[in-house]
Amino acid sequence: MAFFFEVLIGGLLSGVMYSLVALGFVLIYKASGVFNFAQGAMVFFAALTYVGLLEHGFSPWLAVPATLVVMIVLGLVTERIVLRPLVNQPQITLFMATIGLTFFIEGLAQMMWGANVRGLELGIQDEPLQWVTDTTGMSISKFDLVAAGVAALLVTLLALFFNRTRIGRALRAVADDHQAALAVGIPLQQIWAIVWSVAGAVALVAGLLWGARNGVQYALTFVALKALPVLILGGFDSIPGAIVGGLIIGASEKLAEVYLGPYVGGGIEGWFPYVLALVFLLFRPEGLFGEKIIRRI
Amino acid sequence: MFYREAGQFKTSYQTDAAIFPIRQDRIAIALIVVVAFIVIPLQATPYMITGILIPFLILSLAALGLNILTGYAGQLSLGTAAFMAVGAFASYNFMLRVPGMPILLAFIGGGTVAAFVGILFGLPSLRIRGFYLTVATLAAQFFILWFLTKVGWISNYSSSGVITAQQVVILGYAFTAPTAKYLLVLSIVSVMALAAKNMTRGNVGRSWMAVRDMDVAAEVIGIRLMRAKLLAFAVSSFYCGVAGALFAYAYLGTVEPEAFNLDLSFRILFMVIIGGVGTVLGSFLGSAFVTLLPVLLSVTVRYLDSNFSLHIAESTISNLELMAFGSLIIFFLIVEPHGLARLWQIAKEKLRLWPFPH
Repeated sequence: MAFFFEVLIGGLLSGVMYSLVALGFVLIYKASGVFNFAQGAMVFFAALTYVGLLEHGFSPWLAVPATLVVMIVLGLVTERIVLRPLVNQPQITLFMATIGLTFFIEGLAQMMWGANVRGLELGIQDEPLQWVTDTTGMSISKFDLVAAGVAALLVTLLALFFNRTRIGRALRAVADDHQAALAVGIPLQQIWAIVWSVAGAVALVAGLLWGARNGVQYALTFVALKALPVLILGGFDSIPGAIVGGLIIGASEKLAEVYLGPYVGGGIEGWFPYVLALVFLLFRPEGLFGEKIIRRI
Repeated sequence: MFYREAGQFKTSYQTDAAIFPIRQDRIAIALIVVVAFIVIPLQATPYMITGILIPFLILSLAALGLNILTGYAGQLSLGTAAFMAVGAFASYNFMLRVPGMPILLAFIGGGTVAAFVGILFGLPSLRIRGFYLTVATLAAQFFILWFLTKVGWISNYSSSGVITAQQVVILGYAFTAPTAKYLLVLSIVSVMALAAKNMTRGNVGRSWMAVRDMDVAAEVIGIRLMRAKLLAFAVSSFYCGVAGALFAYAYLGTVEPEAFNLDLSFRILFMVIIGGVGTVLGSFLGSAFVTLLPVLLSVTVRYLDSNFSLHIAESTISNLELMAFGSLIIFFLIVEPHGLARLWQIAKEKLRLWPFPH
């Protein structure tokens, strides 16, 4: 039983890491209806920029704000060059544009900082907590706990930002209806610039944590693919959904790999979340927390 | 002036329903057919045929399949490459396990198996739509590739799922020379493109378009949603399956499941979007664009590199290509969101009016 809980908790904590990436998707989708496929590339870009700055002699405390500035500039430029000319295009066109953006960012990141795999040291050890092991016999990584804490903090901040500030209210208005928001005087372009900047900041946090966990390498971009089932499970436009979806996906994925994997030859982590999300969607097509859309002719 | 239908009267229903009602179109098509079937095999170098033309044609077929699903029936899929993989591996098994199997029948069989898999993964489309469905089709992409790698029987227990396509022999003639392979691929693609064109003009295509434009309204006027959507998935997957079989037999020769990864799915989606959603012509234009662009880019970069002796590192070149590819896609989406097929339409209109402005 202890083993079951160990796997479960490990899964939940890794699920939090997925949520972090999913959050970036949700932010942009919520405010502009764009399904931003480039989020994974942004995570990669942020992590690579941070490591690259460290190599150039920046101290960690300076590198974080510097990377943040780079991410914000990236977001602003994206808004100006990619999104603004594509206003009012069908969603699929915007989606394709973000795939093009993905290629661009991946190329840019590797050209600026090189393609070799690097380690990223955040000063948190990825080792089991001693007192938990002593009392319950389970090993729970300190790093995972810190990651979960960071995610919780980030979600709280974002929730406050969305619900309690003027900009947050404007963001929600834009998400509801572009035209109505424009009509009451909300500056659409400014709002989008803010959202992309915030998404860049979220990508930085996710990039730091994922980079510290798996090393900063090209494979980081595939993390985005792991975040997609989280999204459909939780709903594209729900921040709590991203968290709960991440927890469900993380836990079920690890449990399936451990208990189901041996019977079918292993390696099911790659597709199990998708199939789970798919089955789930058959019963609730708008995700766990997604907004239910009523269609009229 | 050049493209005016004045004087060409339609005097029967048959001429009205003709596939190319305008004489200029018929001449153009005839010219293209002559060039493709006679001039190119005689003139093109083997590199051009194996390196550019064969992949261009095969990917056009796959793009056509995706275009049927996405452009006509409005269901966006990211699992195209996986359906191609199903076609390739199913054809391989038909050839391997059925003695005396004709290869064309094996291709059709591969397509049919892909069609059934397509129906299976199309079932969620009855409940979910939009991006939820798009992400759900990723399940097909990952699950199918995993399945093909894990189940040894499919690849005849070779290591890591690599298969070597059997020789293509039709009626005792072995298609080994590049030109022969090219003609085989060209024939199959032409026949299937013609079928697609006719399908989309007819009853089936109209019901797909009705579903795409508004599925509730389509249901109200008596179109069976389930049948239309699943048929779109089946036909689309059939096309992709045949394209996958050709990819294995006429292009790569030795295939592993990883050749049909998500990247390929994206590339085919690009072809559809850049070429023009919901047009048969667009699939070909888009495929030409996406196939030729990396070649042109690498030629250009290398040319600049050698002429101005910039000494760009090899990795920088590949990164530059990646960036240029990404930005060109964005550029095209901004400049012409309706794709290259729309440009052709505009050009036709211009040709018609020339030399007058209106």
